Amino acid sequence: MAAEPALDADAVVDLAGARQGSGVDEVLAALDTELVGLAPVKTRIREIAALLLVDAERSRFGLTTSRPSLHMSFTGDPGTGKTTVALRMADLLKRLGYLQRGHLVAVTREELVGQYVGHTAPRTREVLKRAMGGVLFIDEAYYLYRAGNERDYGQEAIEILLQVMENQRQDLVVILAGYSGRMDTFFQANPGMSSRIAHHIDFPGYSLDELERIGTLMVGQAGYRLSPDAESVFRDYLARRMTQSRFANARSVRNAVERARLRHASRLFDLPATLSLEDLMRLEPADFLASRVFRDES
Amino acid sequence: MRITQGTFSYLPPLTDEEIRAQVQYALDQGWPLSVEFTDDPHPRNTYWEMWGLPMFDLHDAAGVLYELGECRRAYPDRYIRVNAYDAAKGRQTIALSFIVGRPAVEPGFRLDRQEGADRRIRYTAHPYAADRPAGARYREA
Repeated sequence: MAAEPALDADAVVDLAGARQGSGVDEVLAALDTELVGLAPVKTRIREIAALLLVDAERSRFGLTTSRPSLHMSFTGDPGTGKTTVALRMADLLKRLGYLQRGHLVAVTREELVGQYVGHTAPRTREVLKRAMGGVLFIDEAYYLYRAGNERDYGQEAIEILLQVMENQRQDLVVILAGYSGRMDTFFQANPGMSSRIAHHIDFPGYSLDELERIGTLMVGQAGYRLSPDAESVFRDYLARRMTQSRFANARSVRNAVERARLRHASRLFDLPATLSLEDLMRLEPADFLASRVFRDES
Repeated sequence: MRITQGTFSYLPPLTDEEIRAQVQYALDQGWPLSVEFTDDPHPRNTYWEMWGLPMFDLHDAAGVLYELGECRRAYPDRYIRVNAYDAAKGRQTIALSFIVGRPAVEPGFRLDRQEGADRRIRYTAHPYAADRPAGARYREA
């Protein structure tokens, strides 16, 4: 690729035009409408997008900017949207020209760490090669490091990861994800990893209102509608579910919607009458009230 | 004597940028790639040594270029080639293969004539480099 000649010092560039041309706004808008809450996450993503756009304009003036390191860690409770945001991030970075392909390779410890001596390095390298040009998403990254077992092969995988994160920065972005507390321990045990990650993004839990909006979005996406009565019951359901154990934010909401669909279907199954489109789409309070969540309370 | 085998071998050596573009083309066709090396570049020597396993499920040429770089570092004085395999039904063969690395000095081949019965002559193309032990064939003396 031939480098374009640098612009004169008194030239002006069209940042808004570049912004439109890259299609960044679509991704950011989609992020805003389709993902509820997560304000700090969205702010950070917007900042990254702005930085990359401005960097591109700066380079047209011949200002040498070192390529920013974009390795990230996503910490947050289960079901707060870490994987979803990683997917969007891959798309965004491709549109901004930071990544060549913009695909996401999601792996866990099993895909990186081998079972015997000499097995780990080729395995890790293969995963890294597959992820090049896109984003490598390591879910539950803290399992890579097992404290108290010096012979664990996870350490080897971490070393290769670090090396590639440093040397092949132009080819891939690594995102480590996991639950907050355990990720902190992981970074304490691996200071090298922590310092190579420029962006530590924390995913806050959702409030009741946000969960309700997520639920309504999910119901709508599945082609259903809540009847007015069901709306208040659904909110009540969420309020109860939040206080119970094993609450996984948006994932719990999705499961609730899935189960409501099951009950809705079996309710219609027993009806002899003919059904209208409205019947097929509407979720009633009964579909939620049958849940275990309401039974436990009484 | 410059060895000409595979695609592009009559062109000047490909730059890394050109190699990347060719590799990306192969990946876009859905062909997995592999890197191989040898110090016995006789035309009948089909099976070169594999540098690692063939690379499946890659999306970007960077992964292949990375392995190529590693191979060049380990074997700067050998021939290195990149193969792209087309697994499509009815094809199932190497679809693209080109040399991406060669030793600094290529002494070439000599023609051996072997006298047989009835004044028959058998011809053999013998690489000068093959007189030296494997592994040291193209190393600077």
